[in-house]
Amino acid sequence: MKKLWLSLLVASMGTLALSGCGSDAAGKNGEVVVYNWGEYIDPDVITDFEEETGIKVIYDEFETNEIMYPKVEAGASAYDVVCPSDYMIQKMIDNDLLAKLDFEKLPNAKANIGAQYWEQSKGFDQTNEYSVPYCWGTVGILYNKTMVTDPVDSWDILWNEKYADNILMQDSVRDAFMVALKRNGASMNSTDPAELAAARDELIAQKPLVQAYVIDQVRDKMIGNEAALGVIYSGEAIYTQRENPDLEYVIPKEGTNVWIDSWVIPKNAPNMDNAHAFIDYMCRPEVALKNFDYITYSTPNDAARELIEDEDIKNSPIAFPDLSQYNNLETFSYLGDEGDELYNEMWKDVKSE
Amino acid sequence: MKAKTTLQKIYISLIFLFLYAPIATLMVLSFNASRTRAKWGGFTIKWYLSLFDNNAILQALYNTMLIALFSAFFATVIGTIACISISAMKRRNRAILMGITNIPMLNAEIVTGISLMLLFITLGIKFGFMTILLSHITFNIPFVILSVMPRMKQLNPSVYEAALDLGASHIYAFFKVVFPDILPGVLSGFLMAFTMSLDDFIITHFTKGPGVDTLSTKIYTEVKKGIKPEMYSLSTIIFVTVLILLFLVNMSPEGKKKKEHK
Repeated sequence: MKKLWLSLLVASMGTLALSGCGSDAAGKNGEVVVYNWGEYIDPDVITDFEEETGIKVIYDEFETNEIMYPKVEAGASAYDVVCPSDYMIQKMIDNDLLAKLDFEKLPNAKANIGAQYWEQSKGFDQTNEYSVPYCWGTVGILYNKTMVTDPVDSWDILWNEKYADNILMQDSVRDAFMVALKRNGASMNSTDPAELAAARDELIAQKPLVQAYVIDQVRDKMIGNEAALGVIYSGEAIYTQRENPDLEYVIPKEGTNVWIDSWVIPKNAPNMDNAHAFIDYMCRPEVALKNFDYITYSTPNDAARELIEDEDIKNSPIAFPDLSQYNNLETFSYLGDEGDELYNEMWKDVKSE
Repeated sequence: MKAKTTLQKIYISLIFLFLYAPIATLMVLSFNASRTRAKWGGFTIKWYLSLFDNNAILQALYNTMLIALFSAFFATVIGTIACISISAMKRRNRAILMGITNIPMLNAEIVTGISLMLLFITLGIKFGFMTILLSHITFNIPFVILSVMPRMKQLNPSVYEAALDLGASHIYAFFKVVFPDILPGVLSGFLMAFTMSLDDFIITHFTKGPGVDTLSTKIYTEVKKGIKPEMYSLSTIIFVTVLILLFLVNMSPEGKKKKEHK
């Protein structure tokens, strides 16, 4: 017994020694440290980039903006490229964490990203100097055609008592308040206490009708016919429709949230040139198309959209809605600590009611 | 009397149901051909096949096992040595030191995680495999002390002194006399440290560098887009392996004993 134990230890020591001096060599043109959402890139794209440019990619993933922020702020690891969402980019700009991009080094970004996405980006990056859009989408209502008999074109349907216990709401402050604020005709970035109180009361009134407050379970529950209506991100809607053809996605007429995840470069990035090279590579039409096929979230890359072979997807009103047709589309902006606190207080009231 | 035993049986089966229903669900889903849990798409082993093609997951598994093994080993060595010296201390010092080692266990993990991160930043250590390993050793030591210390207390100090009297060197006496007695405590400390390291998420998250993932951080990053079924199959494999190991460990000594009795 003791001998076995000892030999085990010796063997494990050996492996440590080996792994300790494992290959840590950078590519011949240095490296680039990328911090992206989980499952948010086609792994082949990274290998292709490394082969073509000789830059080694060190790839790291995060799961929420809130978890990414302290790691970048603390400077624990120096990241070269990060992919936060709209409001978080604004917060990072406000706190002076981001470097201005050199668009001379980003010819593909300038040429291929559609004008409407640059325009929409101004909601959080007023001068379009800090970010290059990577993925985007809308938030809307996913409903089951066999279970919902009324026409669905408004957030009002989520307050319809006919569908009591058949409604799924998003379990996150800003997303839930977006629905109520938009329904009342207010801005989803409102910090007016009166407007917020009204929205809070609506959410409390809606609460008995809601089957569950969920995040990613909307997908599975809607596919499994467990609910009739759910608030969902457009990128997920295409996937759920593929699994269950009875599902339909609608952008309500009162307007909604247009979210954008964009590439940015932190101020303390050690490899500025490689970071630009990476972002520009991501904006190439064929690369963006590869990523679109993998992620299925809408791409802001117009040239890539032209390359999509499946006409149904290329012209899908879910993946690529014509934003000019809708009123009151907004993008989340950072509300400051006070604003965040106000929302959190109100949300606590809703959840504890 | 009979009603009582039926009740007992129902009670115990309920407990087992609650304990194992989640794992059973996961195992069933790992054979589901459809990606979503809501639909049964037929029986398949494709997730098992694609698991072994998925380098990111396998690398994470490798990191997890390596870190668990080494952190448990080093923590066991450090913890056991600490126990020896703590038990040689005066009563008051011993109480103080035990209190100090207990604090990190009761402390919220996120506090440990963030303080370790800040410490590494201050010292200018590059985040990566090493920082995770160091943190895991750190939070494992108290668990080893916790399980070795009771064994240490049961020890009769005269035995060790007798060995010295009979001419054994200190080290020889330790390995021949003391160590065999505390071995069960050391082993259970090692296993406890191993499992603690295996499923730690928060501390790993704060101390890991870019590009280094363990299974727990890898699974967590998949939350936004939905967890891949490959993870179900991996968990199933791990569960079955542990089950078989437990069977082997529990079966063999009994078998030996029976033979000896004959």
